[in-house]
Amino acid sequence: MAYLSHTKDTLAAMLSTIGIDDPEDIFSSLPQELRFSGRLDIPGPLDEESLRREFTCEPSRVVFAGGGIYRHHIPALVDAIASRQEFLTAYTPYQPEISQGTLQAIFEFQSMMAALTGMDVSNASMYDGATALAEAALMASRMKGIRRILVTRSTHPTYRSVLKTYLAHSPQVEVVEVPFEIATGRTDLKSFEGMVGPDAAVFVQQPNYFGVIEPMEKLARIASRAGFRGIIVTEAISLGVLKSPGSFGPDIVLGDAQSFGNPPAAGGPLLGFLCVKREHIRRIPGRIVGLTRDADERQAFCLTLATREQHIRREKATSNICTNQGLCALRAALYLSAMGPQGLRQVASQCAAGTRYLMRLLGEKGVSPYFNAPVFHEFVIRMDDARRSALEESGIIPGIPISSHYPELEDALLVNVTEMNTKEDCRCLIERL
Amino acid sequence: MNIPDDLLYTQDHEWGRIEDGTLRVGITDYAATELGDIVFVEFVEKGSHVAKGEAFGTIESVKAVSEVYAPASGTVTQINEPLADTPELLNQDCYGDAWMVVIEMDDPSEVKDLMDAPAYEEFLAQEAK
Amino acid sequence: MSDRATITRFPEIREPLLRARSAAGKNTRPCPAPFDAADPADLDIAEKLPDIPDVSEVETVRHFTRLSRLNYGIDHGMYPLGSCTMKYNPKISEELARRFQAVHPADTRAMNTVLGYCALLQGYLREICGMDACCLWPAAGAHGELTGMMTIKKAVERSGGARTKVLIPDTAHGTNPASCTIAGFTTENIPSGKQGYLSASTLREHLDGHVAALMITNPNTLGIFEREIQEIARLLHDNGSYLYMDGANLNAILGIARPGDMGVDCMHINLHKTFGTPHGGGGPGSGPVLVTKELERFLPSPVIVCDDSGNHSLNWDRPDSIGMVHSCLGNVNVLIRALVYLLSLGGEGLREVSLRAGLNANYLKSRLSRCFDLPLDTPTLHEFVLSDRYQKEHGVTTMDMAKALMEFGFHPPTVYFPLVVPGAIMVEPTETESLEELDRFAQAMETIAAMSRENPQTLHETPQACPVKRVDEVWAARNLVLTWGAGESNEEDPVSK
Repeated sequence: MAYLSHTKDTLAAMLSTIGIDDPEDIFSSLPQELRFSGRLDIPGPLDEESLRREFTCEPSRVVFAGGGIYRHHIPALVDAIASRQEFLTAYTPYQPEISQGTLQAIFEFQSMMAALTGMDVSNASMYDGATALAEAALMASRMKGIRRILVTRSTHPTYRSVLKTYLAHSPQVEVVEVPFEIATGRTDLKSFEGMVGPDAAVFVQQPNYFGVIEPMEKLARIASRAGFRGIIVTEAISLGVLKSPGSFGPDIVLGDAQSFGNPPAAGGPLLGFLCVKREHIRRIPGRIVGLTRDADERQAFCLTLATREQHIRREKATSNICTNQGLCALRAALYLSAMGPQGLRQVASQCAAGTRYLMRLLGEKGVSPYFNAPVFHEFVIRMDDARRSALEESGIIPGIPISSHYPELEDALLVNVTEMNTKEDCRCLIERL
Repeated sequence: MNIPDDLLYTQDHEWGRIEDGTLRVGITDYAATELGDIVFVEFVEKGSHVAKGEAFGTIESVKAVSEVYAPASGTVTQINEPLADTPELLNQDCYGDAWMVVIEMDDPSEVKDLMDAPAYEEFLAQEAK
Repeated sequence: MSDRATITRFPEIREPLLRARSAAGKNTRPCPAPFDAADPADLDIAEKLPDIPDVSEVETVRHFTRLSRLNYGIDHGMYPLGSCTMKYNPKISEELARRFQAVHPADTRAMNTVLGYCALLQGYLREICGMDACCLWPAAGAHGELTGMMTIKKAVERSGGARTKVLIPDTAHGTNPASCTIAGFTTENIPSGKQGYLSASTLREHLDGHVAALMITNPNTLGIFEREIQEIARLLHDNGSYLYMDGANLNAILGIARPGDMGVDCMHINLHKTFGTPHGGGGPGSGPVLVTKELERFLPSPVIVCDDSGNHSLNWDRPDSIGMVHSCLGNVNVLIRALVYLLSLGGEGLREVSLRAGLNANYLKSRLSRCFDLPLDTPTLHEFVLSDRYQKEHGVTTMDMAKALMEFGFHPPTVYFPLVVPGAIMVEPTETESLEELDRFAQAMETIAAMSRENPQTLHETPQACPVKRVDEVWAARNLVLTWGAGESNEEDPVSK
């Protein structure tokens, strides 16, 4: 049997040390009627070649889908280093003396995320952007005076769903959505102004789900009256080119950094992140790595601020999170180190340029975007299901249909262009329209 | 174990010193030693009212969290602000510079429920069993 | 202890922070540029380039390779962390999971294939657990607990009850009470008793009309099978309460006993424990939830459906569901790895896994209980708990012994948990260790026990041969240097040393 190593002789020796005759005797403390007498109906054992034949998957040739999960160039070194068993097969670094590799890499991830978001500190990762938002809202809901969680309706629909799932059991706060302008896809400033107050924690996604750039300065001015301010980033690549979210004065910046070196992978693992102002550090969920010294007074790293966490504070913990997305955070650190400041800016610029290229081609075909506001690298067009299905049949994924989330936007399709697309891809799509 | 004679004690290992109708409060040597290296303290805001036995703050070591409880009901009139930046003082001078808060008592007779030094020593001995 | 033969020698490496190597213009990597490059004129662009290190590819590779060598992984040697089930992670699972990396979840054709694998995995997990329905989306064990408890909360609310309380034995993981709090429950600790398992009579004392559920780990974190589980389930059900099982220790009972047969209503499992997917230095994991028919309609959205022609898709139209718990579909890539693992062993192989896990643990227990205190003599399955009682007489603590074990080339066991055993040392060797490796571990532990009598001071000073000496967690907590920008004003910043 694969992965097992005892021989008849070693088995016998072990049984005699234990003082039993049959390995089944180990289970003698189980009530007889609970012993499973059947055989688990699971095929196998399969050898590696059979397994290789069993698992295949052919992705579509041309993809213009984003919506919170993005296709980006991943430098070869990311896989090469992240597959090293020392990183891949290690446990959570509770024993710092033999986990300095993981700890320092995460410290560097935290440092880079704090720098990119323009915030003071970052945690070591969350499951994904949606749960990061939910946990940020839970954190806000425990603050004095917060009674409402305001979230823009132009925030990722599944993020809002998860937020509602998590907050269903916090009756002291209510989740309220802020409408967007149907012409621009931007958050409606008048409504926002009417809703903001000191009892509200506000969350705004930038760029928003439609790819549209929100008027952050105006929103920030209004949000200054709120009790707590958060900015959501679902496309971390935007941090390479847009003004840092931290420059608008939020308490928290959170979202997903899957784009940093993590492939779409059929939807997961993703990489939630959460960065805050220093004053909130004891309120945040998740692990945090701190710099310290060892007995020889030399540089070392360890997990810190653990008293916030479930294994110490149990039912009073800031969150229940334990295992997070450590390897994905390592991949992000590798990605950012490999790309560097110029590389990250260039990727972001390429995404924006490609998006504008496809928008122009579509415009020439008479297809105009739904909203007349600047976008980063996603935009909404009108396309009915029949046409979309036909394109998908021919191996082109033109985007993500979003009308089920926004019934007011009929036949709406969210289209994304990244540096992984080519001009040829764009022409290919246009020709089949 | 250092247990000064002139103080009063709770079963949660706080000490109190009566000063003109107010009560200066801290934690005992035993509590500080049990927690180990203290890295963080946080108290209720100045002016808060606390009931006897109610938590008025939190102290943390690297791997434990402990609440500190008011030995008597009253208003918190002073907080030892520097302690926030130097929590290690609690391990060095818990009966002196590392006092925590001063409570203006609602009913000074409440202190009669507290233990004196010999009673606290006896209490610790019982606890150890 | 440098004269002792160590299995794993860590290199003498001190690696500075990557930022120390940064200089403008070092990174010369050509990036893909399929479009005519220009910063978009219609956007408000940051003036400065992002503040991340500017280093060459070679420097990046060497930096992280050096860091990797400061880590201990399962391919180094035994990793006997109790209740964490650190077993060997098959390489074939990694290879095959990589085949799904490029799939975007909006790629419906490719996702039909992926969802097919997910459906298969759901079926196998139901079979292993004897449960009726499965949701694969929770991204980790604690996420599964939360999902499961929210499912129960919904069911409780639907039945109009005002049940707000969850009972949790004192041997439970900290995630259990923390998850209950987020799901809107209060928790009450109940003692597991001198024998190390929960008795039905203790439970009876705590049952009333407020109890929504009992959250129990079986076998529990002492490695002991909850032998009164059927009676416990009956009492709960008669009281209108649910039985939740934390499946952290499922590796003990694969094909031996099934939670569904025990009366469990809802449970989660940890694919990164039981089914050999790598822990990644702290995730990504995966924590599928399984429930009975009664609770199925409350499970998170979406669910996988299969039409007559075998096409798989997602159904979001579920009015009773608790809602979504993840941005997308959870850690799909981990699900694929777990499926590969299951098929590589098959039904019979899985049963063998639990037999060998129990055998390995009981072998070590027999050997180690000769020189360590075994606080409970109740039979155990896949793990067991020792204490430092004997060694403490010489001033040697569990922490000292954990650090000393590193010098012998082993990752330490889980320490100071469960909380019911003072100075706990919780050992779970898993089935993938050979007798030789178990013997080496036992010898290391025996040597440490002897040293604690003869030369306790040496143990306080361990580790000496690891990449760093004992790490000062107090300094970290007092100074809170959490990014490389934060420590600059601090003269004591060890970066400069």
